[in-house]
Amino acid sequence: MLDIGLAHYLSVAAVLFTLGIFGIFLNRKNVIIILMSVELMLLAVNINLVAFSAELSDLVGQVFAMFVLTVAAAEAAVGLAILVIFFRNRGTIAVEDINVMSG
Amino acid sequence: MIEALAFYMFACTAVASAVLVISARNPVHSVLFLILTFFNAAGLFVMLGAEFLAMILVVVYVGAVAVLFMFVVMMLDINFVELRQGFLQYLPIGALIGIILLVELLVLVGGWGMAPEAANSAGAPTPDIGVTTNTHALGEIVYTQYIYLFQAAGMILLVAMIGAIVLTHRQRVGVKKQNIGNQLARSANDVEVRKVEVGKGI
Repeated sequence: MLDIGLAHYLSVAAVLFTLGIFGIFLNRKNVIIILMSVELMLLAVNINLVAFSAELSDLVGQVFAMFVLTVAAAEAAVGLAILVIFFRNRGTIAVEDINVMSG
Repeated sequence: MIEALAFYMFACTAVASAVLVISARNPVHSVLFLILTFFNAAGLFVMLGAEFLAMILVVVYVGAVAVLFMFVVMMLDINFVELRQGFLQYLPIGALIGIILLVELLVLVGGWGMAPEAANSAGAPTPDIGVTTNTHALGEIVYTQYIYLFQAAGMILLVAMIGAIVLTHRQRVGVKKQNIGNQLARSANDVEVRKVEVGKGI
């Protein structure tokens, strides 16, 4: 219990990932909170990568985590830009109103 | 002992603030708790010996992504109370799926073991902390072995930046703006000099 190992970090990442998925279910109408939940899930993935990198003393895991971070930042920027123009056109961001493409 | 204490402090704060991110009534509070989660994750990264990633996490996530979220939340005039309706309706199914997933993941973590040959298969072994720092070691492989991927990551950021600008840029109608091209394209013949009488105007 007091000896912190790989399993501890993996458990924290698992809990954070589950909270991200739970957040998507809980806030099904609010796109902003859904995007934040996606960020939480990406953070959990990063914790996993860094934990394995430290456990195997292999730096490649950290390099990969850096690329995940890059993609997450790009995703947040583009997602929020789409959100802003959607709000400008429709005046709402409720998920059930996003049906222009009948998807 | 100190390590365990620090780990549980960072881990518990991160998980608690993640719970508050998804359950806070006010989205501004959600963003603030997201920042707290990122800070604690950065603490976990420092404990794992990944100082550079920890600092990048603070700079990129807290300094850029969270501020972007904050901008959008405050800029859009949205009735968030309306958006919260159905919160309890989705709670049982969400909790069910979440608990199933969490149990699966924890069973996986608990019953899993490293292959014995995995320890010797490092692609880029971490140098001893006494020899080089984490940042130095990362830089040495990112700028040599992974230079193409690094450039590709920069390309992704450039495309995202251009995409975000193109998406949100708009031409407003009815706004008077200086157009230097039009001004320079005028010929001298288009200009007409008129005498204006005092108090009359044109």
